[in-house]
Amino acid sequence: MRLDQLPLNQPATITHIDWDGFESGAAQRLRMLGFDEGIAVEALHRGGLIAHDPIACRIGRMTIAIRRIHASLIDVATR
Amino acid sequence: MTTLPLIALTGNPNAGKSALFNALTGARQKTGNYPGVTVERHIGRMMLPDGRPAELVDLPGTYSLEPNSPDEKVTRDVIMGVQAGERRPDALIIVVDAGNLENHLRFASELIAQGIPAMIALNMVDIAERDGLTLDPARLSSDLGVPVIPTVAVRKRGVVPLKDEILGLLGKVAAPPKPLVGDFSERQRRARALAKAAILKETPARATSKRIDQIVLHPVFGPIILAALLFVMFQAVFAWATPFADAIDGGVTMIRNTVATTLPAGIIRSFIADGLIAGVGAVIVFLPQILILFAFILVLEMTGYMVRAAFLMDRLMAGVGLSGRAFIPLLSSFACAVPGIMATRTIEDPKDRLTTILIAPLMTCSARLPVYAVIIAAFIPATHVLPGIGLQGLVLFALYLGGIVGALVAALALRRSVTKGKGMGFMMEMPRYQIPMLRNLALGLWQRAWVFLKRAGTIIAVTTMILWALLNFPRTDPASGVSQVDHSIAGHIANGLSVVMAPIGFNRDISLALIPAMAAREVAVSALATTYAIDDQDETKRDQTLGERLKGSWSLPTALAFLAWFVFAPQCISTIAVVRRETNGWKWPLFMVGYLFALAYLAAGATFWLATALGL
Repeated sequence: MRLDQLPLNQPATITHIDWDGFESGAAQRLRMLGFDEGIAVEALHRGGLIAHDPIACRIGRMTIAIRRIHASLIDVATR
Repeated sequence: MTTLPLIALTGNPNAGKSALFNALTGARQKTGNYPGVTVERHIGRMMLPDGRPAELVDLPGTYSLEPNSPDEKVTRDVIMGVQAGERRPDALIIVVDAGNLENHLRFASELIAQGIPAMIALNMVDIAERDGLTLDPARLSSDLGVPVIPTVAVRKRGVVPLKDEILGLLGKVAAPPKPLVGDFSERQRRARALAKAAILKETPARATSKRIDQIVLHPVFGPIILAALLFVMFQAVFAWATPFADAIDGGVTMIRNTVATTLPAGIIRSFIADGLIAGVGAVIVFLPQILILFAFILVLEMTGYMVRAAFLMDRLMAGVGLSGRAFIPLLSSFACAVPGIMATRTIEDPKDRLTTILIAPLMTCSARLPVYAVIIAAFIPATHVLPGIGLQGLVLFALYLGGIVGALVAALALRRSVTKGKGMGFMMEMPRYQIPMLRNLALGLWQRAWVFLKRAGTIIAVTTMILWALLNFPRTDPASGVSQVDHSIAGHIANGLSVVMAPIGFNRDISLALIPAMAAREVAVSALATTYAIDDQDETKRDQTLGERLKGSWSLPTALAFLAWFVFAPQCISTIAVVRRETNGWKWPLFMVGYLFALAYLAAGATFWLATALGL
């Protein structure tokens, strides 16, 4: 499953990130914000009624907002 | 004179660095700039436990030492000892959010490896505890090899042991920097292992912030709450400030009358009473409104709401080719475009950033408030459209909205032309909600008030004095019946300018006010005050307020066109200067000035013609 498809409040683990799919600089920033393979993740909130974009997710003890397009590059497995 | 020891505060954003800086230095702090870059330099003075003073520098909050942004480059260069305008610090306080160890320890280890005697301030331990974390500072200290002091900066807890530890650091000698081990991911993993070892007990995180976010970020209620907050903010700016503004206005009038009655009639009395006091007084009346606006913005920032607003706005911003990140600089631009444009440094994508810079002056800054306030008070009746919703507040809201809509349209146009290209998107940390500390709010407001008063005392005083001189020379013969203003140098310039301005409903007085208002928008008000003070020499009119005089000499369409002009016009030397610095050249500031003046002219013209056609 991809992070943008993960139901809200469903604990999951990041299994793979398509680092090369990001624009230059975006992958580095994602790493700095704590995204990595093997990390626990949980989708908390979604913006917008129709687009459901962006997504606020918990990484460790932080809440990070990312766009759907980036979330779709992140594979997760539910726990 | 011996140089004082220099201590640097560093750490991730949202670690509470500034709160610790305030707790350590109190009001003894200064804000400046590093030479050649627009990174703010915050420096303060603190007392060490042995009675020696030391200098404390608050470095920009960053996520790493890799120089990706100007902020990161300054932090890196200071720590390496190669930053112009700063010595290499003698000691380093690394501020770490106790509730966020996994992420903050990676940067902390990179900083420790640089060799400067360092310590960790394990900040916000109270929130971490409430959040269900039990930490082991002693374990962390032995793992990292540096002292670790738990602190709660906003409550000044832990400050005394922290200062004792600084004393210890100052006795040590800097070691040569060690190369960083492994790549970024490896370091991150090691940091997570360090964090795990230091956490004794952990329960699931952050129930409170999540519950608040469920309402605040709700797809339906979230935007409603945001719109309501902004609406209350703009209503408050008008309603709450009135008694204070009236008091200041009364004081200014009293001083002016005292000067007018004590000094002998003549050029000097005119200079002091009509030039200096009328001009500067007309601007400082707006201090209460500006402070209320800044108070709202500071509270929104301090509570953590501002980032939520960015989340809510991201979709809309994406629609015009920007990201939610641009919302924070743009909202700050409501206070002043200069810090707003400087805040665009947090936008990594260069095209996103340039677009945000170019539209930031469209956000209604506090310098426009004096202009809007005077015109609205004079021309818009103080009636209520609905209970609690005044017409004046509504017009002000419409002006703000006009700026926002203009900015969105401009962004869309820019993104398809001069700043074409794919953006990097939106990624940002959403910190926990926090109750703002009154002390930090007061300190922030005091700094803003001081900057405003300094502007009133310098730029505004000087430009009004120059205008006064231009208006008073050459002198007319009072017997000739020729108006002093018409006869003056400024009058001649304005008469020429009004050929261009007449089609959009601007009279000579407005053209006149626009000349000095090139320096700063609020000067328009003091310029009008000075012009009318000089032209109306009879005593009964002297007691009229500026608003009453304007009402007597302007039509409603002219007043509305004047308001529309100020929604767009880029009249601020400081903004143009900061755009030049941030974009490294004259190309973009000139482009910005050009497109904004064109918009201002069209908007004022359209308003004037429409209002005239409607018979207003």
